[in-house]
Amino acid sequence: MTAPATRRIAWVPTVALLVGALYCLLPVAWVVVAATKSGRELFSTFTFLPGTGFTDNVADLSAYRDGVYWRWMLNSLFYAGFGALLSTAVSALSGYALAVYRFRGRETLFNVLLAGVLMPPVILAVPQYLLMAKADMADSYLSVLLPLILSPYGVYLARIYAAAAVPPDVVEAGRMDGGGEWRIFRSVALPMMVPGLVTVFLFQFVAVWNNFLLPYIMLGDDQKFPVTLGLYTLLQQGSNTPALYTLVITGALLAVLPLIALFLVIQRFWSLDLLSGAVKS
Amino acid sequence: MATDLRRGGPRPGRWRVRGAPYAFLLPAVALFALFFALPIGYALYLSLRKVEVKGLGLGSGARQEVWAGLSNYTAALSDSELLSSALRVLGYGAIVVPSMLGLALVLALMLDAERTRLGGFSRLAIFLPYAVPGVIAALMWGFLYLPDVSPFHYLLDRAGLPAPDLLDGGPLYVALANIALWGGTGFNMIVIYTSLRSIPVEIYEAARLDGASQLQTALRIKIPIVAPSLVLTFFFSIIATLQVFSEPTTLKPLTNSLSTTWSPLMKVYQDAFVKNDIYSAAATSVVIAVITLVLSFGFLKTVGSRSNRGETQ
Repeated sequence: MTAPATRRIAWVPTVALLVGALYCLLPVAWVVVAATKSGRELFSTFTFLPGTGFTDNVADLSAYRDGVYWRWMLNSLFYAGFGALLSTAVSALSGYALAVYRFRGRETLFNVLLAGVLMPPVILAVPQYLLMAKADMADSYLSVLLPLILSPYGVYLARIYAAAAVPPDVVEAGRMDGGGEWRIFRSVALPMMVPGLVTVFLFQFVAVWNNFLLPYIMLGDDQKFPVTLGLYTLLQQGSNTPALYTLVITGALLAVLPLIALFLVIQRFWSLDLLSGAVKS
Repeated sequence: MATDLRRGGPRPGRWRVRGAPYAFLLPAVALFALFFALPIGYALYLSLRKVEVKGLGLGSGARQEVWAGLSNYTAALSDSELLSSALRVLGYGAIVVPSMLGLALVLALMLDAERTRLGGFSRLAIFLPYAVPGVIAALMWGFLYLPDVSPFHYLLDRAGLPAPDLLDGGPLYVALANIALWGGTGFNMIVIYTSLRSIPVEIYEAARLDGASQLQTALRIKIPIVAPSLVLTFFFSIIATLQVFSEPTTLKPLTNSLSTTWSPLMKVYQDAFVKNDIYSAAATSVVIAVITLVLSFGFLKTVGSRSNRGETQ
């Protein structure tokens, strides 16, 4: 193949991908523009014409019911951050055990844990709620946090990663040196697993942040709502009072921005190869 | 196992090594027991119970929980509302799954094509919706569908063309499917793209020497090689489709055409918390879970036996 030919741009795939990118950016672009519009402008001016009310909208949103919106954001941060941290810890422990040790019942345990992926969340959430209510724990922070800690997908990813990243002779060498099993895990294996665990953490963070069903079923007190549920209730009230629509839109923008920013910063660290690891192993 | 232990007896660390994996797995197993196994068991138990009302149903002891046999199941299976919600979700899935996977495959192949420009930007932009919660995605698209706000309506109006009502009838399925398509294509594209990248370069060299065009390479080499990831993404998409809940729930305030029992899971919610009939909700849950599991295992088994046959050839 000649040199000029390799430098030629392949237009069909380039343009097709850009169209795909535009389609994906469209709603985000809309929410950015719509958040600048005042209530009246929202329904009267062309969709993508910027408005004049962004600061007012943010001020209105912050003032809405004594700043309950920011409380929702903090709640989401707590559920997602703390939940993902615990989830990563549990996944790391189980993934390491399943990858490094040979023991009776290993595959059975692994398959049982994985079967959790197939359970439709509502099937779990309804009895989970009823049991929480019996334990007098419904409508609490813990009721949303605890059921999400065990992530079958996280265990699966951690196992694949530990199997690839922690060589058996390293563990054996640690034993020769007289290290206990916990010390070997803590100081030898865990550092090797860090890149994979970052993926598990981020995956779980997004999963919890995006979760709607569990808080929807568990929570009644809107002081404990995550932002997804809070915005949903706002939208629901908005169908009676359209003035709330601008709050919903501004709230949606502010809720999406941190996640998109996080996403842009960290996408380099994602080992997405892991996601298709199932196929190769 | 006991003899094994005795044989390893002289070394003091033996037992600790044997016990270690169980200790490491303890948190996961405890959480599984509490938040997966116990709720499932409880749902099974509830599905076999019902409340019997004595007399006028007043006073304590007038409402009593008793064994119901399989009556909740027969009621669930003959419930026409459940059947029609299942049919609605099947129709929705028939739009979502093929279009999402087809689009993801085409985009992944385009990303992998030679001499594509701005691939990094496009890949990131298409993957971006993955970071947007389903509720917020539904909310944003919901506004884009609203005639008063929608740019499509505005443009069609300007052009003097009639605009379809996207929040009613047949177009409603397309509108809902579009939200799932928007949210899920990027993730599936990345999964397929990643496995495209793992194809050894030598294969392409060989194809090029044989004079294969890019299109032929894509059709004859790339697609067959990534078929296993397509199967995986297909499987996860089906599961996600059956469980659709938050998108229609979020769109509901914007339209009257979405009933509270639009999808089977919405019906479970409705039965459990609005009608306060946890027994029939439990039975419906169990029916949905069994169907999901049978589909999953049947599917995995078919795929497994097929790939085994492929290996022996």
